[in-house]
Amino acid sequence: MNFLDQIWLIPLFPLFGAALMLLLGKMFDPQPPSEVAVAPGVEHTHDEHDHEHSHDHHHGHTHEHAHAHVTGHDHGHHHGGGMRALVSLLCPGMILLSFIFSAGAVVQLSRLPERTHELVQFTWLAGLPFHMADGRLATFTAQWGFLLDPLSSVMILVVTGIGFLIHVYSIGYMGHDNGYYRFFGYLNLFVFFMLMLVLANNYVLMFVGWEGVGLCSYLLIGFYFHKKSAGDAGKKAFIVNRVGDAGFILGMLLMLSVLGSVRFLDVNQVLRSGQFHAETAGFGVLSAMALLLFIGATGKSAQVPLYVWLPDAMEGPTPVSALIHAATMVTAGVYMVARSSALFQLTPQTSTIVAAVGAFTAILAATIALVQNDIKRVLAYSTVSQLGYMFLALGVGAYWVAIFHLFTHAFFKALLFLGSGSVIHSLGGEQDMRRMGALKDKIPITHWTMFVGSVAIAGIPGLAGFFSKDEILWQAYSSPQGSNLLWGIGLATAGLTAFYMWRLMNMTFYGKSRVAPEVAGHIHESPPSMTLPLSILAVGSVFAGWIGTPKIWSLPEGFRAFEHWLEPSFASAAVEAAHEGAHDTSIEWILMGVSVAIALIGISVARYFYHHRTQIPDTLEAKLKPLHGLLLNKWYVDELYDFLFVNGFAKGGGRVFGAFDRNVIDGGVNGAGWLTRFSSSFSIWWDTWIIDGAVRLGSLLVKLSSYPVRIVQTGRVQAYALFVVIGALAFFGYYIAR
Amino acid sequence: MAPITTAHYLALSAALLLIGTIGVLTRRNIVIILMSIELILNAVNINLIAFSHFWQHVNGQIFAIFVITDAVAEAAVGLGILIALFRNKETVLADEVDLLKW
Repeated sequence: MNFLDQIWLIPLFPLFGAALMLLLGKMFDPQPPSEVAVAPGVEHTHDEHDHEHSHDHHHGHTHEHAHAHVTGHDHGHHHGGGMRALVSLLCPGMILLSFIFSAGAVVQLSRLPERTHELVQFTWLAGLPFHMADGRLATFTAQWGFLLDPLSSVMILVVTGIGFLIHVYSIGYMGHDNGYYRFFGYLNLFVFFMLMLVLANNYVLMFVGWEGVGLCSYLLIGFYFHKKSAGDAGKKAFIVNRVGDAGFILGMLLMLSVLGSVRFLDVNQVLRSGQFHAETAGFGVLSAMALLLFIGATGKSAQVPLYVWLPDAMEGPTPVSALIHAATMVTAGVYMVARSSALFQLTPQTSTIVAAVGAFTAILAATIALVQNDIKRVLAYSTVSQLGYMFLALGVGAYWVAIFHLFTHAFFKALLFLGSGSVIHSLGGEQDMRRMGALKDKIPITHWTMFVGSVAIAGIPGLAGFFSKDEILWQAYSSPQGSNLLWGIGLATAGLTAFYMWRLMNMTFYGKSRVAPEVAGHIHESPPSMTLPLSILAVGSVFAGWIGTPKIWSLPEGFRAFEHWLEPSFASAAVEAAHEGAHDTSIEWILMGVSVAIALIGISVARYFYHHRTQIPDTLEAKLKPLHGLLLNKWYVDELYDFLFVNGFAKGGGRVFGAFDRNVIDGGVNGAGWLTRFSSSFSIWWDTWIIDGAVRLGSLLVKLSSYPVRIVQTGRVQAYALFVVIGALAFFGYYIAR
Repeated sequence: MAPITTAHYLALSAALLLIGTIGVLTRRNIVIILMSIELILNAVNINLIAFSHFWQHVNGQIFAIFVITDAVAEAAVGLGILIALFRNKETVLADEVDLLKW
């Protein structure tokens, strides 16, 4: 079977699953109507909810029924069992099919002489002629096409592979939730859009996937939509991402205007043709284009200043946190920048900004993670921090290392998130690490897999995290765009990472139990559908790094396969790599030793603080109260944004527009009214005095002139007779006198 | 004793005319006014008879007979109007009836 020509099917499988679930899912998995009606506005506190739940379900059920979520409304209803099984089979099955097709396609891709395969289905947006910036006439076309090259092949394997494991995990984790079909529908839809994002052969189609995963992220963060905090977190994620997306769109338009195409292959070809020179001296149009695209990446990949949505996104169910907000979607920005590597190579100024933002994000998030008490929030900030590492690598021009870290991070961070989900599951919804402890023997599989994940992220040699993180640190130090400062920040972050991960492990699994007594009796290991993915991911976290070993280890080429595999995608990166020879290998050994040492120090300090001398953290907290408060409140960034943008910009703007409405718009209306009244009052005056006056003057004249006529008309017969006599006498008088 | 001449008759006639005219103009009661009109008509009759006698011509006497007939008719009509007026306005005083103004 020729998988390469069937890559269009890869995103189609999850789309089919999603369509089936979202259109017909209600028939598969009917919802009790009363709960839907009650759900909005119902809020249980964790505690009372947990107790009720545990008591209700513990007896006479298998242990997994004691599972509770923060949702607080979806328990005690076990319905649609057979249909649920169908959902459980169909949705993960679709992802497995995608994975099989992806793996087949990648294997066949590796056999091609030139490892690029483009498959165009049809022209999607066509035939819009426009003038480019330099006056040439170009035609805008966007194809519905797929591009499989080493870069996208890594991405589809991560998305479908990790995605499949998380789907399987969700069967157990979401087993007692309402909206089971809805959850899987969204999850499948997400995988579809994510695959469109990474398989697209042009920026516009990539943007379709980009927006689609944003939509699914919003839907899944707000999955427990009756909880206000979940709805708010969803909106926050969506709105913050819009800011970045504006940058992406502007970047695309600028690209269209300057380069005349948005197709990856065309863009790369134009950029590498020598037509454009690297903008080393100034900040030119290419730098602006790269910066705009990078702004899009900061939104999706949670970098400063747009990282604030990711920690709040932990309101979603834990599998969502693992899949979308750790392993795949948030790496879309990294993928996009890596995809635009030809552009970023020509724009060292922007690359420096990328590296600086990445390093700053890495250390900022790591400091916040030090003091968080919510197990998922620690991991969320850890994710932000690790994404910062990836951007640091991108910024110093080590694109393959960024993708390598993306690859290893997907394993161990998905593992850690799923492990934390398993812990939460076993404790009936408890997320606060201050109410955990000594869980090591009660949930052994979860403990050992999370142990592996923590070792991997801390950077202990031999596990996945070490190889990628150490390569990033080495590149940050040795690359021409790197510097000692970037290396120092990366190193400090590595130490902090080791510390907060071991703080998490100690608070959760070791020491004395601080679990609430009502919950303590019901702690149980998660079902196999959850522990199996954990185990597989743990194996991945151990071995995934061995395909990218450091050059100085001088292992066979197979152990450096990752870099070689990605070489065609970053063709000119090979030139950059050549400089490495200039450095003395002993420096690399020393730096490696330093980074391992600092990881071990971080682990030991955390172990000492949270295991041996548990009073130390409290003493430190009391002594450094302002600093602790600053970290606990996340550097007050949310408050600052609230002040500046939500209250200042949005609400202040609302007030300004309100004042404008009241004064200018209403003023215009009122003014027109006043003017009408004024002109009508003049009209009234005219009517009263001029028109009516003329009439009345006429009547007055008639009245005056009729006066002498009127007075003789007395109406009395005798008066008339008198006039007759007088008249007669007058005639006689005249007759006689004549 | 001096004979009664035409001039005497004419003087009597003028006096009656004057009395009748003043009665018509000054009296308020419509009955008196009608009677004053009779005086005026009779002044005219005396004038006609006087000249008929003076000229020895019968036309004047014939004319006087006509005037008497006319006076009878006029009195009948006038009294009829008076009765109708009294029924409507309950008055026989001329100055209280000024409907001719309208």
